Amino acid sequence: MIEIDKVHKSFGDLEVVKGVSLTVNKGEVVSIIGGSGSGKSTLLMCINGLEPIQRGSIRVDGTEVHAKGTDLNRLRQKIGIVFQQWNAFPHLTVLENVMLAPRKVLGLSQQEAEAMAVKQLTHVGLADKLKVFPGKLSGGQQQRMAIARALAMSPDYMLFDEATSALDPQLVGEVLDTMRLLAEDGMTMILVTHEIRFARDVSDRVAFFRDGLVHEIGTPDQVIGNPQQTETADFLKSVL
Amino acid sequence: MFDYSFHWRVALKALPDMLNGAWVTLETAALSMLLGTMIALLLTLLRQQQNPLLRHFAETWVSIARNTPSLFQIYILYFGLGAFGLHVSSWLALLAGITFNNAGYLAENFRGGLKAVPDTQMRAARSLGMNALHAYRLVIIPQLLRIVFHPLSNQMVWAVLMTSLGVIVGLNDDLTGVTQDYNVKTFRTFEYFAIAALLYYLIAKTIVLGARLMAWRLFRY
Amino acid sequence: MFTTSLTISDLLFMLQGAWVTLQLTAAAMLLGTLSGVLCGLLRAGLPRASLPLAWLLDLFRSVPLLIQFVLFNSLKSIAGLDISAFAVGCLVLGIYAAAFCSEIVRSGIQAVPANLRRAARSLGMSYWQDLRHVVLPLATRVSFPGWLNLVLSVMKDTALVMWIGIFELLRTSQSVVTRIQEPLLVLCIAGLIYYLMSLLVAQLGNRLEKRWQEND
Repeated sequence: MIEIDKVHKSFGDLEVVKGVSLTVNKGEVVSIIGGSGSGKSTLLMCINGLEPIQRGSIRVDGTEVHAKGTDLNRLRQKIGIVFQQWNAFPHLTVLENVMLAPRKVLGLSQQEAEAMAVKQLTHVGLADKLKVFPGKLSGGQQQRMAIARALAMSPDYMLFDEATSALDPQLVGEVLDTMRLLAEDGMTMILVTHEIRFARDVSDRVAFFRDGLVHEIGTPDQVIGNPQQTETADFLKSVL
Repeated sequence: MFDYSFHWRVALKALPDMLNGAWVTLETAALSMLLGTMIALLLTLLRQQQNPLLRHFAETWVSIARNTPSLFQIYILYFGLGAFGLHVSSWLALLAGITFNNAGYLAENFRGGLKAVPDTQMRAARSLGMNALHAYRLVIIPQLLRIVFHPLSNQMVWAVLMTSLGVIVGLNDDLTGVTQDYNVKTFRTFEYFAIAALLYYLIAKTIVLGARLMAWRLFRY
Repeated sequence: MFTTSLTISDLLFMLQGAWVTLQLTAAAMLLGTLSGVLCGLLRAGLPRASLPLAWLLDLFRSVPLLIQFVLFNSLKSIAGLDISAFAVGCLVLGIYAAAFCSEIVRSGIQAVPANLRRAARSLGMSYWQDLRHVVLPLATRVSFPGWLNLVLSVMKDTALVMWIGIFELLRTSQSVVTRIQEPLLVLCIAGLIYYLMSLLVAQLGNRLEKRWQEND
């Protein structure tokens, strides 16, 4: 369970997250939607400790993320994150990209890591691209590799930070399909996304972010189908 | 271990002479940069020419300048020209050598700089009715200058440091030459050369600072 | 008809000098690269704390190499150290190379996109794992052209050791000139040898770069 409790985060003088509270239970898929600059991506970066917070707390399975003694490297083994820019390691093949962390962080043997990597890459549909370098792949393929890379660590939670925003429209579908499969398999996911229809389809809950706060939260039918707040309705009107 | 006593006071007495030498160093370096830049511009032009003879001449110059030691270039000008009956003084050989070297490196810098100025600039200038000369002078070269300014100031520092090689072909007017004279007379090698090193360091830092100031004023956009 | 007093043994003598040049270059680059990488890592990782180191390295880049040779040589006599002129040459050139190499390494490390490092840390890798498996391989590729230029530069700077008595290519050429009094011919041959050595190193470097590029 991920518990976000009254979190405040600022960049210098600019406060971007202004007291957000949100709990994500095991097996839940929560989508976060909202305009640019509303603090959604920043919040995600705070969950795995990539960004520090100024006030409040974030607990993952009871462990306080931003406490002094927390072993962040250990914690990050449980939380997978997929960024907007897939951030493939250009000097390693697709297989090596996915194998790297399992080998060096989890300590798996060469065979074990390779087996895991092949399994995840097959799962995302890249079984025939194992020995290829990422530079030769399309954006969609690289993003799927990034998903496989995160999954190879057997995380309990997966965070997606606008995973399809940087892709050409025709490549978005393949990545969304991968994410959908993941949700159906029961992975706990937090998605920051602009794909409203997708969010409606796969999520258990949807949160609308505005100006650093959760403006409205509920089931997809509630928030997207029948928004209570005018701002939510306005936002949805502008993107749908 | 150290039963050598450092005689700094004696060495410091040579400071006026060394400062004179430093002045000669600066003059030589500045002159070599001036001449070098002009030749480099010419070489850059030649490298763009259709005529293979002109192009290869320029390419060869740049190639030799960048692939052989600067000391070698000074050497061959000092000793080699003697074979043609031309007797060059140490200073002239040093100047010629450094200028030759500068021209080669600067020509490479200019070539890289030109590539960095977009073709569209030239197109825009010509479309406004400017002839080639105007376009180069008013549009291309100012932008080129900004790009190559940093390498140019670096090369100036190099030129100053290169002048120290003059002593190998017998020059005794520049900073190193003067220092060597004192060294030969007193064998207080360390003290004299340490002071010289400090002077070179100060000159180098002044040039870098001065260049930064110039850049700030010239390239305010 | 073209006649010369240049003998094969003269040529061999010069080639021996060229060999000394190559040895000096290799030794200096070994020392310089190892220390340069360490300094570069320090400069990139702890930019403010390593500022004194930056000033020290800057000193070595701002004083003529010739003066550094002389100072080191005299320091050697003062301290009573019994090391060969060749060793002095290697040491001074090595420190000089390290001063430049540290800058090359530092900018190489800074050129690795922060996003890639984020991705690595997000996978649970520690700071050192990220450095070893992501940053260093990529920084090496970026720094390579600059490093290669440094190798060529050092090779040319070896000519200066003639002043502390080492018989590298230029010094041996000078001996031959003194013997047969044909400066232009001998020096042109020396120039050719320098040129060829330079070309060889540049070619090897290009081949290595190409092998890396076809993967990325």
